[in-house]
Amino acid sequence: MNDETKYMLKQLAFYTFIFVVVAWIVVPLIVATLYAFAAPKDYYDPNKVIPLHFTAKYVKTILIHLGAWEAIKNSVVVALLTIAISFTLGIPAGYAIAKFIFPAKDTIKLSIVALRMFPIPVMAIPLVILYIRLNLIDTRLGVALAHTAMALPFVVLITSSIFAGVATELEEAGMVFGLTRLGSFLKITLPLALPGLAAAAMFTFVMSWNEVFVASVLTLSHRTLPAQILSIMAGSSGGAAPDYYKFAAAFIMTLPAMLFVFFARKYLITMWGISLK
Amino acid sequence: MKIKSEFLPYLLILPAFAYLMFFVGYPLAQALYLAFTQNGAFSLATVRRAISDYYFWTALKYTLGLAAIIVPTQVILALVLALVMNKSFKGRDLSIYALVIPLTISDVAAGLIWYSMLSPYGFLNKLLMNIGILDNPIYFFGYQFRHMEFLAIVLAELWRATAIVFVIILAGLQMISNEYLEAAEVFGATYWIKLRRIVIPLLKPSIQSALIIRTLFAMQVFGIVWILAGRDIPILAGEGFYQLTEIKDYGVASIYALVIAGLSILLGALYIKFMKAEYLEVKR
Amino acid sequence: MVEVRLENLKKYFDKGRVKAVDGIDLTIKDGEFLVLLGPSGCGKTTTLRMISGLELPTDGKIYFGDKDVTYLPPKDRNISMVFQSYAVWPHMKVYDNIAFPLKIKKYPKDEIDKRVKWVAELLQIEELLDRYPAQLSGGQRQRVAVARAIVVEPDVLLMDEPLSNLDAKLRVMMRAEIKKLQTKLKVTTVYVTHDQVEAMTMGDRIAVMKQGKLLQVGPPAEVYLKPNSIFVATFIGAPEMNLLDVTVKEDEKGLILEGESFEIPLPEDFTPLLKDYVNKTVIMGIRPEHLIVEGISEILHVKRRAKIEGVVDFVEALGTDTIVHAKVGEKIIKIKLAGNVNVPIREKIKIIVDLDTMHIFDKQNEKAII
Repeated sequence: MNDETKYMLKQLAFYTFIFVVVAWIVVPLIVATLYAFAAPKDYYDPNKVIPLHFTAKYVKTILIHLGAWEAIKNSVVVALLTIAISFTLGIPAGYAIAKFIFPAKDTIKLSIVALRMFPIPVMAIPLVILYIRLNLIDTRLGVALAHTAMALPFVVLITSSIFAGVATELEEAGMVFGLTRLGSFLKITLPLALPGLAAAAMFTFVMSWNEVFVASVLTLSHRTLPAQILSIMAGSSGGAAPDYYKFAAAFIMTLPAMLFVFFARKYLITMWGISLK
Repeated sequence: MKIKSEFLPYLLILPAFAYLMFFVGYPLAQALYLAFTQNGAFSLATVRRAISDYYFWTALKYTLGLAAIIVPTQVILALVLALVMNKSFKGRDLSIYALVIPLTISDVAAGLIWYSMLSPYGFLNKLLMNIGILDNPIYFFGYQFRHMEFLAIVLAELWRATAIVFVIILAGLQMISNEYLEAAEVFGATYWIKLRRIVIPLLKPSIQSALIIRTLFAMQVFGIVWILAGRDIPILAGEGFYQLTEIKDYGVASIYALVIAGLSILLGALYIKFMKAEYLEVKR
Repeated sequence: MVEVRLENLKKYFDKGRVKAVDGIDLTIKDGEFLVLLGPSGCGKTTTLRMISGLELPTDGKIYFGDKDVTYLPPKDRNISMVFQSYAVWPHMKVYDNIAFPLKIKKYPKDEIDKRVKWVAELLQIEELLDRYPAQLSGGQRQRVAVARAIVVEPDVLLMDEPLSNLDAKLRVMMRAEIKKLQTKLKVTTVYVTHDQVEAMTMGDRIAVMKQGKLLQVGPPAEVYLKPNSIFVATFIGAPEMNLLDVTVKEDEKGLILEGESFEIPLPEDFTPLLKDYVNKTVIMGIRPEHLIVEGISEILHVKRRAKIEGVVDFVEALGTDTIVHAKVGEKIIKIKLAGNVNVPIREKIKIIVDLDTMHIFDKQNEKAII
């Protein structure tokens, strides 16, 4: 075998590997989307691997009759509240960690990392008692408060790395030329950090949008989408909604996430410190 | 930098810190109270009730078992993927985008998506039957096929949560200066020696944080199992949920929460103790 | 030890749009210390990387002795390299860093130990063997990188701007040390730098590069005294060589260089060299250190001289030298005088040009005529 064929075979093997990997991620998404709209007779036909007749009936049924549309509204409200609260609390902390030198900074940073590791979702179980007492049970605010606890460490750490990326000298220049510290932050640092903050906000949105345990435990009639879907699909002990409803539900849940990936794909990746071409 | 008030940074951090301390501290105290008291006095009755349940030990076993299979597989898989995606080739960015899609997909949705792949009339069965590899569908779901359910959960979790490990390791890989690798190459190292002696040791911190994150989240696994197997495969979070919403036994539910928290702290501490990267700890 | 020969070496990037190295022919003699000198982006590092095998050439050949190594991977070339960032692996102790090349070449354990100790002594880092790189200073890390590079006794030692990350004082010290080490080991060395002082002090020969091409190769003195182009002339030497536009005129006595505000009559032996340039503009080049100010620093050995009038514009006193900026017509000419000389500003001076150290360049192709 000469060098050229060897090289060709290597290239072929490499691209086959890439293809398999991408297919492994993408094929299930395509299948779930197709099946969400497949007519049941096609789905139950063992000869039709790919359905040919489509209907939006089950997606509609879930949205309208099974409360998914209401749940989507709840999810959006909860996610936006989560962003609002966690950013209000998180941005000052992230800024302080990025721009100040003070004793115990490393300890504080480390304990925030540790708190991120704490299983907040499970802590929702004892939280129920408190919420009943505070009349927060089964409210969207209640879920958002718990989601904030989950998202806040992430927001603090990611905003601190975003602010650290904005040169302190730019802000100091603002102060030299007559702005106050707050003014300098609002007029210089914040606009420069905005794209990163937007990405962090989107990721926070997705975190809240996807969270199911806290939402299921803390709500009954104001369920978010995953909680609503979980209760339709599985009841409390694993259940038996017809298959085509499951696919329709999967589609409804994945669509916003897919849109997010599509529009914010660059930030979604660079946020972790990965560079693209 | 001159600071007007030396308290300013603390003031800025305080709200977030207090919030977090409350949302961890209060439930923790509440859970301890619910788990270890009865009528206001210390009591182990709730603990006894929880651990005498067959489901408690099975849930512990399955939760740990799932983690033991899923987490190492994910790390190896993610490492291979990151090494490949760190090369430059046509379509690299697109492939990375594809690989991170699952970052944004919830466990419930992932469970449902994999149900569409693996159900008796699902894509995989129909495909294999139409190609002629199978005569009858493989059944993945139902109490009598629990081993297959376990496999389905593993597949779906690998599909969903390898992305986060991949992202962490790829970021770590890109932080390794190319000159470290070129130096090894100049001194005679082959690809495998470079990987074993340079890349993996330098990736240790990234691998460590990926392992911690994934292991701790594996202790809380819920949605994907609940969708694909219900209580056929009991898991800690699922049993806590069941005790709370169906049985309304707050005490036992709290014990499940405490067990998960305890396991998280224990495993996190073990990782930190045994995966120390010595070269990062030396005194300057 | 081995002779390195580059034949018509080329490296194009971006489908031929960027010609990083554009046809280089160069022979580096066995045991020679050759410096590749040039500004950033001139292709010197790419050339070095092709010799190392980290980069494959687009065209051309590389020979080590009689062996064609053009497409051999680095591991099969028996070379060593000191990187700009040192590339001392942070997760290995100094000992393991130095032992790495030996371990890969499967040396026996006691031999490894012997060699590591030998090289550590040579570079005075015996005390550091048990430390991690994070515990070392920049200079110490650099010594480790050099130790690691020579421990295997390579055929060819490659250095990519190894001193550029050190502070000025350390750089001067390491310059001498590396040169001494190389003389002792007699290893064929290719040294890349953009610093002309390093090139002048260290190299047996200097190869000056610009935009992927070799402009001049020769011993330091030759490159300094007989630059073959404006680029080489101005790149080497500080302050930079003075350049003045002059026109070649002819009268009954011979040739004259006519500047903006001066005339320099030329002796007869210049005539054959400049006869094609009569009535054309050429560029006259004089190094600041070759100029003399009349009445301040008279030097008797200057045989053939011309005088230019100027006005002192500005004086930089460096202690060891004094740099006088003089206005000649509209141009500023720099004159480097030894020692601390007091030259009043705005004073008229007579600048003496030594005709034997004067350079004349073609204005079109910027090549040296004299």
